[in-house]
Amino acid sequence: MENLVAPTGTCPDIVGRSACAELKLSATTAQQPDGNGEHLRKVLSSKWIKLPVFALCLVPLGQLVWRAVQHHLTANPIEYITHQTGDWTLNFVVITLAVTPARKLLRLPELIRFRRMLGLFAFFYGFLHFSTWIGLDKFFDWTEMLHDVRKRPFITAGFTGFTLMIPLALTSTAGWIRRLGGKRWLALHRLIYVTAIAGVVHYYWLVKSDVRKPLFYGALVALLLALRVGFWLAARRGKPAGGPAQQHPITAETS
Amino acid sequence: MLTKKAWEIPSSEITPRWLYLNRRKFLAGALGVTAGALAGRTLKELAWPSQKVLAGTKLNVAAKSPFSTTEEVTSYDNVTHYNNFYEFGTDKADPAKNATRFQTSPWSVKVSGLVDKPRTYTVEELQQLAPLEERIYRHRCVEAWSIVVPWIGYSFNVLLKEVSPQPKAKFVAFESYYSPGQMPLGIRAGIQLPYIEGLRLDEAMHPLALLCFGMYGETLPNQDGAPVRMVLPWKYGFKSIKSLVKIKLVEKMPDTTWNLQSSVEYGFYSNVNPHVDHPRWSQAKERRLGEFFRRATLMFNGYDQVAPLYAGMDLRKNF
Repeated sequence: MENLVAPTGTCPDIVGRSACAELKLSATTAQQPDGNGEHLRKVLSSKWIKLPVFALCLVPLGQLVWRAVQHHLTANPIEYITHQTGDWTLNFVVITLAVTPARKLLRLPELIRFRRMLGLFAFFYGFLHFSTWIGLDKFFDWTEMLHDVRKRPFITAGFTGFTLMIPLALTSTAGWIRRLGGKRWLALHRLIYVTAIAGVVHYYWLVKSDVRKPLFYGALVALLLALRVGFWLAARRGKPAGGPAQQHPITAETS
Repeated sequence: MLTKKAWEIPSSEITPRWLYLNRRKFLAGALGVTAGALAGRTLKELAWPSQKVLAGTKLNVAAKSPFSTTEEVTSYDNVTHYNNFYEFGTDKADPAKNATRFQTSPWSVKVSGLVDKPRTYTVEELQQLAPLEERIYRHRCVEAWSIVVPWIGYSFNVLLKEVSPQPKAKFVAFESYYSPGQMPLGIRAGIQLPYIEGLRLDEAMHPLALLCFGMYGETLPNQDGAPVRMVLPWKYGFKSIKSLVKIKLVEKMPDTTWNLQSSVEYGFYSNVNPHVDHPRWSQAKERRLGEFFRRATLMFNGYDQVAPLYAGMDLRKNF
């Protein structure tokens, strides 16, 4: 239960970089000085840790570029690029969705610091995937693409999933959180749930018969969404009737 | 002293391809391990580029065929490393990786059903029924990619005439080899196995329908349907059944694997038709492996001579 309760006197911890979230993190670290995860938490909250994570997130792109240089993009390079960027879009959507459950279950509030970066990488790979389709696959044949978006359910689903990520990427800055206000910002960013489901459906409708991979992603997304429902129910039960004090942080944490 | 033709060497005498390749892999692996320290699997994959897997045995081709296209032949490497053979995995790179140990000798094909002379043939016997021709055909996959392959074989109707179909026979049912032991990935294919296919008898009698034993001057590589398969260039690729073991002449339209999987997506005929889309994607264009731009898909894949077979039929309904 205690992991659901935000430390007192903080604002919603939406973005790791915002000063108030950093404050809150140091507060939590100070509150639980148990030896076990201390080192890990120190690493996670250190300044330089974002750089290697950022570099790691670029590995899939680096691999594609490397293979392109080496002419190892298989017999059907455009299809290969499309599949790789598609896979990594879904991977990053799932990883981003896993941040909140992970930091609650593992009691590592520091993980929130990476969520925006991971989410933006989901958008980045989604953008590459989408651009591959437009530029390489369809070669800017707009009528054919429009036709596909309307007629091919799997493209409609993929298109929807990607489009919904655009406002999330645009409003990912601290400035936009301020402008929208924490609650509205959180509500908007729940669109990522729709993107995740649309992404899985897109994949499922695309394959011919071997549905193992789309089902695997489906199971992951279902689990991550179910955990949120679980947290929400647990928070409701634990909350004293109508106690307004805890309402705000819980909303923030359910993102 | 025995003098044997190249194709008479039993495949048991040939160094198994996987062993031959392992020798290379060992050398490449030494490099790969070093590289692997940097980025693991990715670099190891790069250290082992898709290699030219030789089918090994040369086939004596007696004649070129007037059915051959003059279009540029797709590279052997692309044809052997990018294809579907779900018994060996559903990724298009899987068959080349997983079919290396597939035992294709001894092999026999049973011809039965409504015929006067049912018989089981060994592959060697089948190869001698008629002179082998090289036929360079376009091959269009239902997934909208295509290749040009120099197949080796003879018209399937040679075999049909050999067994004398009875008047009641209207269709030909085909069945692929299937053994979960040799094809452990088959259970994950998502399709019912053994793979089954079918043709109307007049389609099977059409001279374009090829009983195929080889490609690129050699016997078929395992991943491309060794040791004997069908090639039906005017139909989507999945109609051209691989690693054939049973042929049965029947009265009623037989079940076919992809039709059983999804009847709204894969019809019995499955003729290449740019005007009838797959419910989930367009069939108007195709990507020829090795080319950047998509090219227009042709009706019957450009084999207009089969059109009379379907005269008067609504090809939107009979897709």
